[in-house]
Amino acid sequence: METALIYGAINSVTFALIAIGFSLVYGVSRVPNFAHGSIYVLVGFLTWSFVNDLHLNYGLSVLIALGIAAVLGLGIYRFVLIRLRGMPTSEIIASFAVGLIILEGLRLQGIGGFKGFIGPNYVLKPFIEGKIEILSVFVDYQRLIVVVSGVLLVLVLWSFTHHTRMGLSLRAIAQDEQAAMMLGINSDRSAMISLAIGSSLAGLAAVIILPLGNITAEAGYTVLVYALAVCIIGGLGRWPGTILASFLVGFAMKISTYYFGAVWESVVLVGTIILVLLVKPSGLMGKQKELEERV
Amino acid sequence: MTDDTLLDVRGVSKSFGGIKAVVNVTFTLNRGDVLGVIGPNGAGKTTLVNILSGFLKPDTGRILYKGKDIAGLAPNKIANLGLVRTFQVMRPYHSLPAFKNLIVPLNSPRIKKGAIGKLGDLDSVAIDILEEIGFERDARVPYKIAGSLPLGYQKRLELARCIALRPEVILCDEVFSGLSMSEITSMVPLLEKLTMQGVTLIMVEHRLRELFRVANRALVLNFGVMIAEGLPHEIMKMDEVKAAYIGGKRSG
Amino acid sequence: MAELDRRKKRLDRSVKVRSEGLYALSSYREMAYVLAPRLLLIVGLLVTPLLLDLYWQRVLCAAGIFAMLALGFDFLAGYVGLVCLGGALFIGFGGYSAGLLNAYLGLPPFASIPLASIIGACLSTVVLLPCLRLRGIYFAIVTFMLPLFARNVIVALELFGSTEGISGLDILPNTWAEQYVILAAVLVTLFGLRRLVNEDTGLIMMSIKDNDQAVLASGISIFRYRTLAVFITALFGCFAGAYLAHLYGWLGLSLFAMDFSILPIAATVMGGMGTLTGPVIGALMLTPLSEALRGFGQLRVVLYCVMLLLFILYKPEGLMNYLERKYHQFERWETV
Repeated sequence: METALIYGAINSVTFALIAIGFSLVYGVSRVPNFAHGSIYVLVGFLTWSFVNDLHLNYGLSVLIALGIAAVLGLGIYRFVLIRLRGMPTSEIIASFAVGLIILEGLRLQGIGGFKGFIGPNYVLKPFIEGKIEILSVFVDYQRLIVVVSGVLLVLVLWSFTHHTRMGLSLRAIAQDEQAAMMLGINSDRSAMISLAIGSSLAGLAAVIILPLGNITAEAGYTVLVYALAVCIIGGLGRWPGTILASFLVGFAMKISTYYFGAVWESVVLVGTIILVLLVKPSGLMGKQKELEERV
Repeated sequence: MTDDTLLDVRGVSKSFGGIKAVVNVTFTLNRGDVLGVIGPNGAGKTTLVNILSGFLKPDTGRILYKGKDIAGLAPNKIANLGLVRTFQVMRPYHSLPAFKNLIVPLNSPRIKKGAIGKLGDLDSVAIDILEEIGFERDARVPYKIAGSLPLGYQKRLELARCIALRPEVILCDEVFSGLSMSEITSMVPLLEKLTMQGVTLIMVEHRLRELFRVANRALVLNFGVMIAEGLPHEIMKMDEVKAAYIGGKRSG
Repeated sequence: MAELDRRKKRLDRSVKVRSEGLYALSSYREMAYVLAPRLLLIVGLLVTPLLLDLYWQRVLCAAGIFAMLALGFDFLAGYVGLVCLGGALFIGFGGYSAGLLNAYLGLPPFASIPLASIIGACLSTVVLLPCLRLRGIYFAIVTFMLPLFARNVIVALELFGSTEGISGLDILPNTWAEQYVILAAVLVTLFGLRRLVNEDTGLIMMSIKDNDQAVLASGISIFRYRTLAVFITALFGCFAGAYLAHLYGWLGLSLFAMDFSILPIAATVMGGMGTLTGPVIGALMLTPLSEALRGFGQLRVVLYCVMLLLFILYKPEGLMNYLERKYHQFERWETV
């Protein structure tokens, strides 16, 4: 049982890390960033390449990779989504297409000597090797780092959105786009910034979480699915809800694994989503917007 | 409550995260009434319409329509019972000819399976309804694309959408707003004609003078609270109403 | 009293009302003008199998499958306002239903394909029901997730041959049957959907996309119409899946592959959203292209996505609208 609880907590923070970038982007710009999972994987592979092919310092590689993720997010908005604002169908399709290009592009083989990132050989080093015993359960340091950095990240984000000018304007846009625009907040600029931040958050999640296993392109789909699931359960675009939902889902999955076996993880996830959609479609922390959410 | 009572609203309240939009509203509506609902901006008039038509679920209170509690029922079910609303901001199906806009209500269960009998050709019925409400057939107005019609016609199209459902009560949410004087003067007889045909009206309105040409009772809302109810000319004399409208000190 | 209440009313028949706006066809030339594009598509589709060798005949079958999915995507996105990112769900449900009916109950393909279409469509509709009451992007998200979950569940619970799948299903009697079944299905789907969107039902669906509140206030249950629309789409999608299972005599996890979700979207955007014919043309063009690139791994997926992006950004009207404009209108430059 201790195992289930401790790993549940770690799992929950993992979900929160994965989902918070997506949630932030949707909250500010109403763009469902279907490229989220791809950016996650891309940052993992970029870091790996910088360390192993270019022999850069680990920390530096991470920073460069995150920078690239931010620029990519900016670019996605500036060159693709900005032309499709107000057409939700096209926004969804376009961001999905961008995500697939990145994800499947990583698996391309034989073009210009590019080998493609396929197979189990891509592993990032943990920041600190070794394990520690908590309540007679062995936990490796990297998992502790996941938890600590998750908590730190939430604190940093909270103070960013509550105490900085840019953060406040992002929140203003999220609450009422038209009113914010009248007060001189540029909605395109905010959306661009939110995508940049969201993408680097996806990247940050990747560098923290990926050392726990190997990097595969398929993980991009899984990560996106988890992010979407958590966001739906918590309430789309509501990041306090996202965090709450991560804990709910994280614990539910590990506890069901403990009692029934790992097989049921995805069944539990689907079940939770369907239950939430039926009972409270705006999610756990959704806003009071009955008129808008249901038809 | 008499046999003539169509709608009996008792103690309906609704708040949005702490803001009380409608507080304890109680009134009855008899068959053939024209009830004006007035009040300054933000008084909760549209919220009341949304509650009555099922788009919002009231926090407390009961809404008895012909003796049946309809509070929280789905909007389409309420419409099928004969309690139909218009929208303040109309968005007709822009790319379609005006008469095609009526195909939607004409396909509702109320019309399809109702006791009204077989209508036959829906397109013709739609054009017929539009003609009665002032879409000149000879000028081919019913065939024009809905999005290109002037505002007056669009408002009437919105009303026609309700009439197509053969309603017993129409909740009119600001049918006069945005119309020119001449458009309003042509709208008033339409509403009078509807009441002659036995349709009961609830009219949410800003334009008091035009409203009181049609209404025989009125109800004043301010900050969600009902501050007066009665005959139109009596209401306008009440101090609270004047204060609410003119913005002086609220009495009491 | 009754006599006084009644009056006789004369109404135009709607055929007359509708045809008032049309010019009567008065010559063979005019008839040809109207008929030619339609005949070109129908005859073209029916003749193509005769001109191809065995390999390209198979590609044509695949193109037919993608065309049906693309039609379904276009119908849902363009006319009902639901963006479906998981065409693979329909293929998977249809394919698995057909395969299981065939493997366990021994039904022949011509019985299992129709039956599986219906079973698969019912299943797909049921799993999508919870998000049909919601506005916004929920439908897109849920349809994106479901094929991946379906795979996980099949692997995790070791259902239906798990990762191996089931092989040795009955296949269709000969190549002609293979091709004409799917081509006929594409044509039926195309003209059936075109008919549907011009009927009252289609009109109501489009109104829901336009202004859902007014539809609700008109006494129409949006949920019912959306359910109907999803069922129709799923029916065609599951038919394609069931056909696919019997085409290769095999069912397995790759029925839930991403290709089935993304190629139809690319074909639709390329062919022109909301045109119904466009997606078919798009699928007929994209499938051979992706087939030619089969040797390059995932390059084909990247290719559809690049095409998709280019079209959505620079030619959002799509090929079909472009062609229609060229066919129906003159263009010339004038100096001002």
